[in-house]
Amino acid sequence: MSADAGPGTGAAAGTQRTGRQDARTLARARRRAALRRAVRDLLRKPGGVAGLAILGFFVVLALLAPLLFPAETLEVTRTTQPKLASPYAGYPFGTDRYGISVLALVAWGARISLLVGISATIISMVLGTLVGIASGHFRNLLGAVLERLTDWFLVIPFLPLVIVLATVLGSSILNVVVVIGITSWPATARLVRAQTLSIEARPYVERSRALGAGEWHLMTRHVLPNVMPLVLANTTLTVAVAIASETTLSFLGLGDPFAVSWGKILDDAFGAGAITAGAWWYLVPPGVCVVLVVLAFTLLGRALEEVLDPRRRSA
Amino acid sequence: MGRYALRRAGTAAGTAVFVLVVNFFLFRLLPGDPIGLITRGRNMDADQIRALRAQLNKPIWQQFLDYASNPFSTGVDSVKYSRPVWGLIGERVGPTLLLVGTATVIATAVGLWIGIRAGWRPGQGFDRGSTAVTLLLYAMPEFWLGMLLLIAFGTGIGPLPALFPIGGISTPGVDTSTPAGWLDVGRHLVLPATTIVLGYVAEYSLIMRASLVDEVHADYVTTARAKGLKDVEVRRRHALRNAMLPTSSLVLLNIGFVVSGAITVETVFSWPGLGLLTYDALRGPDIPLLQALFLLFSLSVIAVNLVADLLYGVIDPRVRT
Repeated sequence: MSADAGPGTGAAAGTQRTGRQDARTLARARRRAALRRAVRDLLRKPGGVAGLAILGFFVVLALLAPLLFPAETLEVTRTTQPKLASPYAGYPFGTDRYGISVLALVAWGARISLLVGISATIISMVLGTLVGIASGHFRNLLGAVLERLTDWFLVIPFLPLVIVLATVLGSSILNVVVVIGITSWPATARLVRAQTLSIEARPYVERSRALGAGEWHLMTRHVLPNVMPLVLANTTLTVAVAIASETTLSFLGLGDPFAVSWGKILDDAFGAGAITAGAWWYLVPPGVCVVLVVLAFTLLGRALEEVLDPRRRSA
Repeated sequence: MGRYALRRAGTAAGTAVFVLVVNFFLFRLLPGDPIGLITRGRNMDADQIRALRAQLNKPIWQQFLDYASNPFSTGVDSVKYSRPVWGLIGERVGPTLLLVGTATVIATAVGLWIGIRAGWRPGQGFDRGSTAVTLLLYAMPEFWLGMLLLIAFGTGIGPLPALFPIGGISTPGVDTSTPAGWLDVGRHLVLPATTIVLGYVAEYSLIMRASLVDEVHADYVTTARAKGLKDVEVRRRHALRNAMLPTSSLVLLNIGFVVSGAITVETVFSWPGLGLLTYDALRGPDIPLLQALFLLFSLSVIAVNLVADLLYGVIDPRVRT
């Protein structure tokens, strides 16, 4: 708003400030109403509700894992159970290659998989939004370079790039997060860029520009609020991709060797010959968790897209 | 069309240069003595090491020019196999193309069929059922699906006998140039190809469905119906012609990605293709081999993209502006 206000005289300054505050309260109330409407619409979609319910379950599981299965139960040296045993009382998913309960591993795996998926998505979203808005807003060399960069990153095959980066950086949780984050932003950037171009063509942006609004004001006050719904829906879909990527990386042995994630459990199972041993209880639970969480984020993302995208809402 | 083709080729060339730059500098970021990384575990005399070091002591831009002028140099040896990397890669291209080619053809046919049936009557029984199943398949990590198929049909569980071999491309000792040998390869192909097909059927049918749903209520479809055309004809000759455009572009663009995406599936099934070679290379890590594979994967995606763009220009003249 500040750029729209003319140079006020001393006497006018007081009224101007209240005017500005009114506008702000109004905007805040409008946003709250929009948020309430979005939540209500989302809760009406079966996909959205199912997604939220599954995610709620896994978040609770991740938080409670240390209480349900104390850290000692994961220690190879403390276990007294048989190795690769099929399910029996107290061990509903059997035991792994060292005799540790697969159920406990899966519960602890939820922590790492969700943590990595969500952190990587935050990096990806911030990068994608920044690059997308900047490349759409600046019609000069900077914009062109950013656009090209986005296109290039889109073309490089995802998995080989991730493998190469993970090999170069070495394996730790932080590196896995960074690798997934910096390889998954281009799709978001392209989406945000398209939306930025369409917003900047609207008359109110032209008006604001004519009144002397600077680049920063235009980008943060007019473009950003309008791309946020799109980014939000895209974020949920990106978490699904990030969790799947973490699983693949860990399966290929590029994850943190000391962090139990669902992909790491699958890698261990594969390495321990669970397939030839017919140890389905070692393979099925971690995979089902990945599928459920990825599916939940996908369903939630699709529902959010429909709720937040005005074009689809009218349809 | 000429100018469009030229512009596309220019973009592809620019991307290829970017890939060369990334491929060169990324591996220079590795910590430690580069000589150690290149020669790990191999016997070399002092002269050979001195020659390597002389090469590495050149200015970095000159090293880059040396690399970029001949990225397919036969002088680069794999650490693990002690053989030129491009020779190794050449042997592995065939199996990967066989696997990926078979899977792509089947996945496209099945995916389009499901997508068309679902998208033509959105919201009805078939659509609901197929969307639920495809979303579920879409959420599955391919390698996990592969392991499940292996344990069910390769190892055999409970009453299920072991129907298919658990890995490799052929039974050792079988001559693959005879018809009996082809059959053997075919039996080995079933499980890995099914895994890839299930993964991509989901993607293709979802896209096909979405593009057909966009067309179902278009004015020209209503016109076609009003003319009294049969439902099948409206679908095939009017709606599908337009709905096929985004899908065909996606299928073409995906071919490049399917090759690199086969890394995990080939690993699970010990399929002796580029994917398994990549897995071997990163377990080392075998840096020269990994570098060559990354270059190959990226360049093949760029090449496929270029072909897809040009074909798309032929199918849909509107993009040639």
